Amino acid sequence: MSLLHFAILIPFVVAAAAPLFYKYIPKVHTGWFVLPVPLYLFVYFLMQLSTVRTGDGVQATVPWIPSLDIAFTVVLDGLSLIFALLITGIGALVVLYSIYYLDKDKEAIHRFYLYLLLFMGAMLGVVLSDNLVVLYGFWELTSLSSFLLIAFWYRRTKSRYGAQKSMLITVFGGFAMLAGIILLYLMTGTFSIREIIAQAGALPGQDLFLPAMILLLIGAFTKSAQFPFHIWLPDAMEAPTPVSSYLHSATMVKAGLYLVARLTPVFGGAAEWFWLVSAVGLLTLLWGSVSAIRHTDLKAILAFSTISQLGLIMTLLGLGSAALYYGIGDAGNVYVIAITAAVFHLINHATFKGALFMVVGIVDHETGTRDIRYLGGLMTLMPVSFTMALIGTFSMAGIPPFNGFLSKEMFFTAVLHASQMDFFSMQTWGILFPVLAWIASVFTFIYSMIIVFKTFTGKFQPDKLDKTPHEAPVGMLISPVILVSLVVVFGLFPNILSYTLIEPAMASILPSLLSPGDYFEVKISMWHGWQPELFMTLGIFILGTLLYLSLRSWRSVYQLIPEKWSLNHLYDSGLKLLERGSLGITRTYMTGSIRQYFVYIFGFFAIILLYSLFKLGAFQITADSYAEISVYEVLLLAAMIFAAVAIPFVNSRLTAIILLGAVGYLMTTFFVVLRAPDLALTQMIVETVSVTLFLLCFYHLPKLKKEISAPKFKITNLIISIGVGVTVTLLALSANGSRLFDPIADFFIKESYNLAGGNNMVNVILADFRGFDTWLEVMVLGVASLGIYSLIKLRMAEPLPLEGGSKREDQ
Amino acid sequence: MEILMSIAVGVLFAVGTYLILTRSLIRIILGTTLLTHGVHLLLLTMAGLKTGGVPLLGEQLTNYTDPLPQALILTSIVISFGVTSFFFVLAYRAYQELGTDDMEQLRGRDDE
Repeated sequence: MSLLHFAILIPFVVAAAAPLFYKYIPKVHTGWFVLPVPLYLFVYFLMQLSTVRTGDGVQATVPWIPSLDIAFTVVLDGLSLIFALLITGIGALVVLYSIYYLDKDKEAIHRFYLYLLLFMGAMLGVVLSDNLVVLYGFWELTSLSSFLLIAFWYRRTKSRYGAQKSMLITVFGGFAMLAGIILLYLMTGTFSIREIIAQAGALPGQDLFLPAMILLLIGAFTKSAQFPFHIWLPDAMEAPTPVSSYLHSATMVKAGLYLVARLTPVFGGAAEWFWLVSAVGLLTLLWGSVSAIRHTDLKAILAFSTISQLGLIMTLLGLGSAALYYGIGDAGNVYVIAITAAVFHLINHATFKGALFMVVGIVDHETGTRDIRYLGGLMTLMPVSFTMALIGTFSMAGIPPFNGFLSKEMFFTAVLHASQMDFFSMQTWGILFPVLAWIASVFTFIYSMIIVFKTFTGKFQPDKLDKTPHEAPVGMLISPVILVSLVVVFGLFPNILSYTLIEPAMASILPSLLSPGDYFEVKISMWHGWQPELFMTLGIFILGTLLYLSLRSWRSVYQLIPEKWSLNHLYDSGLKLLERGSLGITRTYMTGSIRQYFVYIFGFFAIILLYSLFKLGAFQITADSYAEISVYEVLLLAAMIFAAVAIPFVNSRLTAIILLGAVGYLMTTFFVVLRAPDLALTQMIVETVSVTLFLLCFYHLPKLKKEISAPKFKITNLIISIGVGVTVTLLALSANGSRLFDPIADFFIKESYNLAGGNNMVNVILADFRGFDTWLEVMVLGVASLGIYSLIKLRMAEPLPLEGGSKREDQ
Repeated sequence: MEILMSIAVGVLFAVGTYLILTRSLIRIILGTTLLTHGVHLLLLTMAGLKTGGVPLLGEQLTNYTDPLPQALILTSIVISFGVTSFFFVLAYRAYQELGTDDMEQLRGRDDE
């Protein structure tokens, strides 16, 4: 166990304690007891900065399931550190914010902090684990805690719907990912990411390489809300705003990005990886930014904006993987900037998006609505929130001097480089990258403006609001103010990040590009001359402003796309279809008719046995060992068959029972002929008792009616029963024909007297050699008689009611 | 002889199956009884029908029939007797309580 292990475990321990705080110290908001955890962890991770920077990542192992090569190994390198700092840092801010956001008397805050800490621990586990199976375990735990947090207000239908949707989609991805992990294990023989990376050179070209890649990417795409799996994120906005801010913008949705970045050394350099990651990312970027404008709910706009920004980072990770294709040298170094941009924007997005969610939460908290149609003119009432929203959205839109501008410029640099690539058939498609990225950025600009200006400027509509809006309490403002300050600080002094965080992270994403002691050059500057990127940005500002001002005239375009075509509709109807389909299928074969089930059983029996009998060539008749036919036996047999075959045809109870008795007594005579005196005796007695019993009961039973089944059923029954008969006959014949070894009869014949002191071999076997059978058979008879006794004697006072309700209380 | 026996066993199985597939509970019981007979005959046939002496050592013969299948069949007869009796009384009680022995009417309700 190392400190790093404890860093993951502390949240879980405190999570278990949170309800205790809530119960025993009710006067203090439970959040105050939770707050030290992320704070302490944040400081702890900050102190690791220097160790990670020098390249000495912390590493520690605790064995878990050694026989399966599963160990709880934690590794802290540059990439993990960024995520750990985001998780703990924003975690601390969110906890602080939630203390003021959630009322301790009205909300079940003990559950809230339990789930939140569960999530925090799981997320730390995801980013720090080196073992893929452990990573997967934590991964699913983040899905689970996210599910719990989305449905925090579980009395609302929409919360439950959103929680279920996110659970289904992310767990679907999780399973795909698990399959990918197993495939990776099959190829490399290890679950450790570091060891897999060490073997990465041997992987491409293997049969399982592509399936493993696709499955792992499905996991990453579902978690990071990439197209077309993004649909769960907008519905997850039913969660309390601190949750949306923490999970659904800053941390959990970046788990997929983490996975892609983490596995880039394994899969990067392959054309499929490049295309899948960057194309899906670009599509998500475009789709998310275009869809955001459709919505009027601030959180929905932010959700789509998150989707779009995640797509942007995903694109950058995909483009950056090209550097691994080119290797060390100038050709590769051009694409390294994409990774720089990805890591940089990852941090930037966490800061401004976290702040924006918190601001929206404040607006919601103070006005009672998040709908921009009812909001407006809040600028003078909520000046601090307005400032924060302004900075956050301007950063998101890529306006200088905030950090979003810098990462957007680097993004354009990366896509411009990508369009000049000469591999992976980029010559034909490469031009799409800058074009689509540019269009998406225009839309990003528009929705950013909508968020800030539709909320805070324009006409104030107090009559449409439930509350009288005023500035939020100071405590609520602390967290977004800190985040917004970071936006400005990172914007003005981006280089405080370059060698502390970004460079170590790049070193862990592209390890093969560095020789020992070497490091990447990270240069981020606000002004880089009159480059094409700058003109693209200027174009965005101009076109974006024009489109924003003329929003009313073209927004109705969105109404042209019918709801039927949306992915949500596809998901909903798919789910419904699945439910109805499975219900329908079950209804068709689970009819409740016992005859039907017997048809399945007997039919399956006959078909499978006949098939294997002939498929395997097992059917054979060898006549040499057969006993000779005696007339007496043949006559008995004929009589028995006649009696048996007659039974289905009679319609009288008495005749049926006599025929059955005849079959039984003919069996008795058969046993006599075949030299089995004990059998004959038993059969005769049993037959007599049975017939007596039948006669006794038949008196009370209804008359046998003629079978009134439809002829179709009769024919099916006939075919199946003949099939069963033929199967049994053929099986008996083939089994008889092949005798593999001598029977053990000789032993009994020889030893019956010597060992057991009896002359009747059958009785000796029953009572001595195989006495257990007899003992248990006696038990069977005993149980049967007890059962019959209780059936007759024990009666309920009245028959069970047909409609619902149990009669248990009457008994 | 084994061929004839096998065919007889097949016929018993076929008739038993046919009866089990019908709607009337009584016929189903008759069917299970016939199936039991079929199984017993099958057991006997499978052990070989070579004629030998009755498996009693007092006979002082050199050649006996195989005693093991006989012991197995004996056990089986008793067990099937117990089961059939129980089943029969169950059918009788079901008829008393529910007033029908038609399996189609005894189907489970949809909401169960």
